[in-house]
Amino acid sequence: MKIIVNGETADTRAGTLADLLGELGFGEAMVATALNGTMVRKAKRGDTPIADGDRVEILAPMQGG
Amino acid sequence: MDAINRTGTLADPVEFYGTKVGSRLLLGTAQYPSPAILGEAIRASSADIVTVSLRRESGAAKAGQPGGAPLAGQSFWQLIRDLGVKVLPNTAGCKTVKEAVTTAQMARELFDTPWVKLEVIGEDDTLQPDVFGLVEAARILSRDGFQVFPYTTEDLVVAEKLVAAGCEVLMPWGAPIGSGRGLNNPYGLRSLRAHFPGLPLVVDAGVGVPSHAAAAMEMGYDAVLLNTAVAKAGDPVRMARAFARAIEAGREALIADPMEARDMAAPSTPVMGRAVLG
Repeated sequence: MKIIVNGETADTRAGTLADLLGELGFGEAMVATALNGTMVRKAKRGDTPIADGDRVEILAPMQGG
Repeated sequence: MDAINRTGTLADPVEFYGTKVGSRLLLGTAQYPSPAILGEAIRASSADIVTVSLRRESGAAKAGQPGGAPLAGQSFWQLIRDLGVKVLPNTAGCKTVKEAVTTAQMARELFDTPWVKLEVIGEDDTLQPDVFGLVEAARILSRDGFQVFPYTTEDLVVAEKLVAAGCEVLMPWGAPIGSGRGLNNPYGLRSLRAHFPGLPLVVDAGVGVPSHAAAAMEMGYDAVLLNTAVAKAGDPVRMARAFARAIEAGREALIADPMEARDMAAPSTPVMGRAVLG
């Protein structure tokens, strides 16, 4: 199915948000996630299903002012 | 009437939501020539608090694979952690209440802190805060247990509403972000200081040179937050040190209670006993 990850179209077979992070190679990286504009806590990623057309944001620490 | 609190010593910590910190310089971490210079600049500034942000982690699919480049965000975070400073995550770039609230929630989980530098930007050219959205987002986040550091203007009524929304720190701008113009409205900043004598106030944004920061401290501001002035200096490490000294000088001058300015000259050398030689 096709989803949008960080603004770019992506093909995925992941069933959950946790699967998606694994598929994308994030492993144990320190990231925060949102699905369709709503934050999903780390503990909930395994229970959060991904559906066709979903918008996923994967954010990491970055420099800021 | 002088409503400024001039008591204390240079060594007194500043307190944000019950957390005491020694340095009155809060430093941003963006736009440095290299991670190494960022690290050196933070050390030279003596800052105890640095601002950080959240951004999309790009290239993860390749970066996370064996042999791939390290994830940029992870190496940045390692650098900050190794410095042992406290982090103040921001909601930079957010233009709506929802964006800012969601970003703050994500930052809380990522950085494991209730602190958030709340930015709701209302205008692209000046990066002026949308103060209406700011107050609303501050209320939502304060109720949710956040300790909000709002990036605001020097407007007194907005400030009162932010305090009513739960903010125990206010961060009025000196000038537009990254402009280096200094304190655009000294009268407004002075009024704000006089209006909230006991509230921690931080001048945030627009500071260009150390004398701007010293001026804010002489006005009675508790701290100064800056980024571009250090990061974009020819020698960021040296400039970080210069700001640290200026902020200490301004704080010491405040406590020392400066003389009143006057329009006419007043001789400093005693007139009594002067020889008559004409």
